[in-house]
Amino acid sequence: MVLDRLRRGAVAKDPKKIPDGLWLKCPGCGKTVFKKLVEERQDTCPECNYHYTMSSVRRIELLIDSGTWKEWDAGLSAADPLTFTDSKPYPKRIAESQLKTGMNDAVVCGTGALNGMAVGLGVMEFAFIGGSMGSVVGEKLTRLVERSTAARMPVIIVSTSGGARMQEGALSLMQMAKTSAALGRHKEAGLPYLSILTNPTMAGVMASFASLGDIIIAEPKALIGFTGLRVIKETIKQELPEGFQTSEFILQHGQIDLIVTRQDLRGELARVLSYLHRPRSTAAA
Amino acid sequence: MCLAKAGQPRPQPSTGPAPRAAHWLTWMATYHAGVSNPFTFLDPLVALEAKIQELEQLAQSRGVDLSVEVASLRQKWAEESDRTFAGLTAWQRVQLSRHPQRPQASDYIDRIAQEFVPLAGDRVFGDDAAIITGLGRIGAHACLIIGQQKGKDIHERKRCNFGMPHPEGYRKALEKMRLAERFHLPVVCLINTPGAFPGVEAEERGQSLAIAVNIRDMSLLRTPIVVAVIGEGGSGGALGIGVGDRMLMLQNSYFSVISPEGCAAILWKDGAKRDIAAASMGLTADILSRHGIVDEILPEPPGGAHRQGDAMAAILQAALVRNLDALTKLPMAELLDRRYAKYRTIGQVIEGGELLTGARMAAAHG
Ligand SMILES: [Zn+2]
Repeated sequence: MVLDRLRRGAVAKDPKKIPDGLWLKCPGCGKTVFKKLVEERQDTCPECNYHYTMSSVRRIELLIDSGTWKEWDAGLSAADPLTFTDSKPYPKRIAESQLKTGMNDAVVCGTGALNGMAVGLGVMEFAFIGGSMGSVVGEKLTRLVERSTAARMPVIIVSTSGGARMQEGALSLMQMAKTSAALGRHKEAGLPYLSILTNPTMAGVMASFASLGDIIIAEPKALIGFTGLRVIKETIKQELPEGFQTSEFILQHGQIDLIVTRQDLRGELARVLSYLHRPRSTAAA
Repeated sequence: MCLAKAGQPRPQPSTGPAPRAAHWLTWMATYHAGVSNPFTFLDPLVALEAKIQELEQLAQSRGVDLSVEVASLRQKWAEESDRTFAGLTAWQRVQLSRHPQRPQASDYIDRIAQEFVPLAGDRVFGDDAAIITGLGRIGAHACLIIGQQKGKDIHERKRCNFGMPHPEGYRKALEKMRLAERFHLPVVCLINTPGAFPGVEAEERGQSLAIAVNIRDMSLLRTPIVVAVIGEGGSGGALGIGVGDRMLMLQNSYFSVISPEGCAAILWKDGAKRDIAAASMGLTADILSRHGIVDEILPEPPGGAHRQGDAMAAILQAALVRNLDALTKLPMAELLDRRYAKYRTIGQVIEGGELLTGARMAAAHG
């Protein structure tokens, strides 16, 4: 805390002297904050604790014991089942996103230890076409859940998505069914699934696996819902209730279990899992 | 969920202002106001129908025999119908799926079920008229029938919220499906929705949760499920009662990740490009069947389902009975494994430079 304040004091004197890229304007409080400090605080604002978008790489670092992460199905990439072209051909859109993000598609899946407990983890990446779910996201998450079921591991999925990927048409829509069916079998095997909702989690993702957690946890002030705000506004032509579709709003409406800040997330997940999951001791033998 | 707020008046399902964002509704309003006729591609058929009617009336009033002329015109009409329906664009099929005279779930239930005991309510919040549920006999099969209903006149349309369900509609459907599971009744789902309702109360009561839980629990339900798309298959709102062992689809219906209007507005930044969007999204039965999503395409009778409701209902009934016959013979474990495999194999990905789809994709990992 003292260090925080010192640094803030130091940089606040003359932010203009600091080269570009070292500063962020916080969307939460509007203040200019030191980027390095934000990063040290797991991508949250030192002034108001606004939760910035967190990359999948950083999220895995946040949740998984170092040296234990093993990625699965990294090589999967999108096909073009409909030969889809809007402002650009779909394969070109994919290639550009891959170049921009260094990822093959909008989710990273794998296994690792969370405070010593083996888990299956999927983390979505908003930077990749808005975290949209097409066949690759659906297939990777399904494999994650199936492997975790076979290994009797809990599943954790960190969601962020604008919804299903339109460029793969109904194939994207059906990934909602595919992932949910896999989670259904995981559930019937008596294994826990923790769903983490981050800003934003909407539409087809929210209406499938993201809503199916045995425990559903949201990060503070995330936008979470089924229909986008603009469409709802056009529909009802009225002002929306205050805080509509935020984590706090859906908590109040009974749709999630907890709101947990990023600093506490790993500890809270470990705590919850210690109640819901008892790994078979024979597995280690 | 809202019931937790003790002492407050119980919120009612929205009957408020007409939803503008529901493209189906905007489309209907334009049609009824005569602003535009989306069915000009049917004009030659309509003209022939008028001529046939005219000749028949003439024959009756004058007592002359025009049967040869009428027969020849009917022949011409059938040929014209074949030509028209074979060459429809994706957008024209979307329009047909929204035709105001197209039979709805209630019309099919009347025609295909020997009796029907409607069951209301989700036992928690309310009764959503956008989803009909009830017990009925189809052929020899005592079933649970679930159908999305848009409404036939303005009063029913308002009551049904224009076929856009609220969460309580999805929860009602699941509640009755659990009943069906307990008493070994197969489930028949008739899909016809522009989408789940995009409104404040729907969000407050957990639209996403309701749909997600239905999708998961339908994949696990221990009784056969046959799904038939009879009109619009609008996105998650359709899938919320749309997971099953077999998916049938009427020839002039659609099933899509988003409405063509919505897709055009987002990807083309122009809602008017809906015909291009419709053609791009692969939302028609033929393409969906190639991708393993649709199992059976039901041909519509000459003139389309909206011209020959009885004939369409007979085709649907025969298909339902045939599928129910087959599914009810399967052992439960096999039924559920096949259902899982049906969804497990949908999609296309590239792995190791190889295009994987269908069973090969599902088998690709250990
Ligand atoms: Zn801030």
